[in-house]
Amino acid sequence: MAMKIGEGKFKENVNKNMEDTFMRGAVAGAQERLRTRRLDAAEELGNWEEWRSHGEEIRKHVLDNLDYYLHELAENLQKRGGHVFFAETADEATGYIREVVNANGGKKILKAKSMVTEEISLNQVLEQEGCKVIETDLGEYILQLDEHDPPSHIVAPALHKNKEQIRDVFSDKLDYKMTSKPEELALHARETLRQEFLTADIGITGCNFAIAESGSVGLVTNEGNAGLVSDLPKTQIAVMGMERIVPTFEEFEVLVGLLTRSAVGQKLTSYITALTGPREEGDADGPEEFHLVIVDNGRSKILGTEFQSVLQCIRCAACINVCPVYRHIGGHSYNSIYPGPIGAVLTPLLGGYDDFKDLPYASTLCAACTDACPVKIPLHELLHKHRQVIVEREGRAPISEKLAMKAFGLGAASNPMYAAGSKMAAAMMKPFTKNDRISSGPGPLKAWTEIREFPAPNKERFRDWFKQHEKGGGEQ
Amino acid sequence: MIYQRESFLNNVARQLGRSRNISVRPERNWQFRPQDKTLTDKTPDELMNVLRDQCRLIHTELIETTSSRLAEILEATVHLYGGGPISLWKDPRFTEFGLDGLLKETWPLHNVEVNEWDPSCGRENITQAERANIGITFSDITLAESGTVVLFSGAGKGRTVSLLPRSYIALVPKSTIVPRMTQAAQEISRRVQAGETISSCINFITGPSNSADIEMNLVVGVHGPVKAAYIVIEDR
Repeated sequence: MAMKIGEGKFKENVNKNMEDTFMRGAVAGAQERLRTRRLDAAEELGNWEEWRSHGEEIRKHVLDNLDYYLHELAENLQKRGGHVFFAETADEATGYIREVVNANGGKKILKAKSMVTEEISLNQVLEQEGCKVIETDLGEYILQLDEHDPPSHIVAPALHKNKEQIRDVFSDKLDYKMTSKPEELALHARETLRQEFLTADIGITGCNFAIAESGSVGLVTNEGNAGLVSDLPKTQIAVMGMERIVPTFEEFEVLVGLLTRSAVGQKLTSYITALTGPREEGDADGPEEFHLVIVDNGRSKILGTEFQSVLQCIRCAACINVCPVYRHIGGHSYNSIYPGPIGAVLTPLLGGYDDFKDLPYASTLCAACTDACPVKIPLHELLHKHRQVIVEREGRAPISEKLAMKAFGLGAASNPMYAAGSKMAAAMMKPFTKNDRISSGPGPLKAWTEIREFPAPNKERFRDWFKQHEKGGGEQ
Repeated sequence: MIYQRESFLNNVARQLGRSRNISVRPERNWQFRPQDKTLTDKTPDELMNVLRDQCRLIHTELIETTSSRLAEILEATVHLYGGGPISLWKDPRFTEFGLDGLLKETWPLHNVEVNEWDPSCGRENITQAERANIGITFSDITLAESGTVVLFSGAGKGRTVSLLPRSYIALVPKSTIVPRMTQAAQEISRRVQAGETISSCINFITGPSNSADIEMNLVVGVHGPVKAAYIVIEDR
């Protein structure tokens, strides 16, 4: 799966997904729970704003010194016997991983959840090589069994599915005969995957944060799957987005605490693992060979620009869990593995405006995302900035907006035109007006009123009111 | 081996609008340090209360005992969790805490299978851990705030003893308890800076494994243990 997960136009996706009542209910419920848990966890910790500021200063510092820390990380990992590959493009990354897999005669590959491997289409590349690739995160496993249904949330990828649908997938693909109880479904996945863990050749994980001072890769899970993926196969490959790094264990701790609280409201998740190179002399488990692939894939183009702060992101999804737009349209509408506010900022930067210019408009600019972000990315400002760039530099404003602006430009350019236009507005809009609101407007208003109402023009013009007011004022 | 680092990092530096820095460690002048005042004023007994409360939230049984009663309590806990086979670390602390009798006499006498992690047996250790009903390790550092045991892997200290068995028991000497992950991170960082070789796997384990991937329902016990217990030992 590449970053782009569908061919549909954004608006068509929205129209389709708005009909999916289960999905909308599930998303609303999940948002509610995750948001509440995050707020409770923040309150319990205390000084939340100070923690956010600390998280922000760490992330900013790392981005400003990224070359230093990546160099140090590679040095230290090499000292511990690990291999480090710097990949400028997705193809370079998957090419290297393919070589490592083939050199080790890898046929069965186990993966722990990783967004960056989705971004570089790693599974497809390995499947084309004839490998069996198995996702081990329960949510990802369900999606993979269901003919590679795309994820709709970066932390809870199968959020859009109900347990009956999951049971049907299991009966169809795994010969499952039990009920739709989550406990029974999870137990079946445990037993099926356990056998796969024990017989896998290669383990592939992502990397939540690499630690420069020691050359370590830090992984955060609740299920324990990343541990098994890295402990059992002979060869481990970790794949990281190049910005996911911290100077020392001390900053690692701060960011992990912000991540787990913001993502799921836990003080720490069940498993936080820091892996440093292959197994040591005398160890009886852990990989014999360890590879770290550091992926750019468009990230460096964001450095040094007005969008640099988006690279502070620690992938907690707190912004997604508070977004009123995501709540209604669901993750699949964004056509990207990165949905919600972070996706609407990041996806056009990594994937270009050609495919994703609609996304920065999928926001009310209410700033709930910015308030929720544990590392203080000004998300709504970046969305606004995208819109500016699209209109001013790219000349790609949506057609309805262009027409409306053109009409307004004509009308407002001369005094008589403006006077006539504003006088006629109320009368002209009368057929479309109900209780002072317009809910299905004509022409340029159509796109706006398809999804929300527009206030009807006031019957009394400001100019007329002001004249009256001046007169009245003069008489007193 | 390191591949393609030069061109990659030169490009990163160029994007940042400066030449590449590999020699001068950047100054970290943090304006904020909330971790210095989080739980740092608590006494050991107060931290014990924090740990006790937290264990309730993470579906983990917390049992408190003294060194002299440890063998008896561990035997009872293992029995409660369905007995053997047991997988455990080869760790001198089992002897220090007086558990040799239980490990080498009582359990074998009662036909409870005990497998100590033995690096010379290679992959057989993993097979035994996978077959085990219960895995037992000591905690190297224990975090009160989150209810976390920190395990450093090593020759006798297999990573999978805490992960593959159906239930997991951590033995927690009270002296290993610190306020939160901050103190563990400082200790690990200190060792790195002192040039020590840190374990290839440092695991921060907080209760049994779990998932909420199906309709946001919490399921306890997914890939790792289904049950977890911490036995805190009064040792100071």
